[in-house]
Amino acid sequence: MAKTLSRLQNPREWLALVFVWGAAALVTATFCWLLGDIIRHGLSHISWTFLTAPPENAGRRGGIGPILVSTSLILGVCLAVSLPIGIGTAVLLAEFTSDQSLFGWMTRRSLDILAGVPSIVFGLFGNAFFCKTLGLGFSILSGGLTLACMVLPILIRSTEEGFRAVPASYRLSAAALGLSRTTTLVHLLLPAAVPGLLVGLVLGVGRAIAETAALIFTSGYVDRMPESLLDSGRALSIHIFDLSMNVSGGDANAYASALVLVIMLLAINGTASWLATYGLHRKVVTV
Amino acid sequence: MTPVEPITGLRARHPLEERPACPAPQPIVEVDRLSLYYGEKPAFQDVTLSINKGCITALVGPSGCGKTSFLTCLNRLTDLITGCRVSGRITIDALDVLAPSTNVIQLRRRIGMIFQKPNPFPLTIRRNLEFPLREHGLQDREQITQTMEATLRDVGLWDEVKDRLDSPALALSGGQQQRLCIARALALFPEVLLMDEPCSALDPLSSGVVEDLIVSLRSHYTVLIVTHNLAQARRIADYAALFWVQNGAGQLIETGTAKQIFEEPRDPLTAAYVSGMRG
Ligand SMILES: Nc1ncnc2c1ncn2[C@@H]1O[C@H](COP(=O)(O)OP(=O)(O)OP(=O)(O)O)[C@@H](O)[C@H]1O
Ligand SMILES: [Mg+2]
Repeated sequence: MAKTLSRLQNPREWLALVFVWGAAALVTATFCWLLGDIIRHGLSHISWTFLTAPPENAGRRGGIGPILVSTSLILGVCLAVSLPIGIGTAVLLAEFTSDQSLFGWMTRRSLDILAGVPSIVFGLFGNAFFCKTLGLGFSILSGGLTLACMVLPILIRSTEEGFRAVPASYRLSAAALGLSRTTTLVHLLLPAAVPGLLVGLVLGVGRAIAETAALIFTSGYVDRMPESLLDSGRALSIHIFDLSMNVSGGDANAYASALVLVIMLLAINGTASWLATYGLHRKVVTV
Repeated sequence: MTPVEPITGLRARHPLEERPACPAPQPIVEVDRLSLYYGEKPAFQDVTLSINKGCITALVGPSGCGKTSFLTCLNRLTDLITGCRVSGRITIDALDVLAPSTNVIQLRRRIGMIFQKPNPFPLTIRRNLEFPLREHGLQDREQITQTMEATLRDVGLWDEVKDRLDSPALALSGGQQQRLCIARALALFPEVLLMDEPCSALDPLSSGVVEDLIVSLRSHYTVLIVTHNLAQARRIADYAALFWVQNGAGQLIETGTAKQIFEEPRDPLTAAYVSGMRG
């Protein structure tokens, strides 16, 4: 660091350096401040009872047990649906459609537009399609499916990038050895595309778990313990929203719930990067 | 098509130490008026050539004259390139290579290919050899191990890697990686080996090792090698073919025994090329 600094004689480079470090510091500071605030207000309320007990008095007292269960179920439905479809579509786009083909172009453009659509629009769509047309009502299933629609564009595009990042020489040498396309795909390309998939997954799940707008209209508000996927269930983010906006005196529990949400996000991030380095890479040994 | 016998690691494997000369000319690959187009642009046109069994044939010529493209027709890697069109006829041991009904998986089992840049899979050394074998139906552990050891010995890599078969192949040196790729191709018992400048990405020492290895393949395999190194072609080849770009497309200018091409070239272009005056 000191060495770098001493070499910077040009004032312009100084300016650039200050700007870059300043920007990085600002981002980090914002995150730390936010996290600090949540921890300061929320940590003292977190206990085993809080994590397991049902909410009482509109959430002012009691815990978030059923809400955690609903959140996990919604996320589970979302992943169970979006992972296979996402990987399948990414494979189709990256390996079986040429760059020039109209089909590929249209699919990519549609996905890019969908990725930027506000979540409230997905919420309204989910409500119209899953809740009403398919008759699933306000349910965890509707919520999970809506989230899947929302997560898919990000998941597909980054998995596709993962496939494209695999050097063409793998495909050529595999073909030259008489390996079938399926084998090449499953044993060579898929493991090599895992980092891209995980990036998409982290971004997608991050978006999904923090979602409120899309879930209000689909999985609903009900804070009871869900008995099946067709029951309505309140997601954690909705619970936080409700406590801080509609329930006076709910701030303490809102903070505690927010802390739980942040911890979940960090855990998902951590698991993904652990998987990227150790878990899924064991089969593919890169240096 | 001719049936391909299943791979069995137990099939008698001649040790490569003996080095018989190239046998009497007996064509195994026959190429008849072969042309290749990338879209509208011809890479090479009207190439007619026969390649003799058990011999080393060198393809030489300046950059961009279609040597790599020519090799990729023989194992139909051209199928992977969109917009690539091949016309003409190739037969390998009576198998019509370009016929749509030809099973390319089996074709590529019979015709191995080595690329310019060593390209082992990002797997362990063991998995690199085992994986293609398993895919081609060899399941027996014992046989796989035997084949693995035999091919690694063939390429002179066994003593260097026998204690670290489970370490990543990409941790090997460039020359070792290239020999691993050759072993990986040999493990499938190909009849023909296509080699696209197999030494040009290697340091002189490794290049020499790989060159000696190629020489030791003579008479066990039919080798078709592209090289920019004329001295190397002179040293190892039994036959040679010169490609050249004429009228915007690669053409086969002259073909014959290596001795004839390098010492008594008939075509003035060949004479200029082998004497280092052009190309
Ligand atoms: N995938 C491709 N798409 C379009 N054109 C290609 C493709 N591959 C090669 N070509 C073109 O075809 C011609 C022949 O290329 P090729 O790679 O076969 O030459 P080469 O003799 O192997 O050259 P080098 O000695 O540099 O390896 C070149 O003009 C090249 O630009
Ligand atoms: Mg080439």
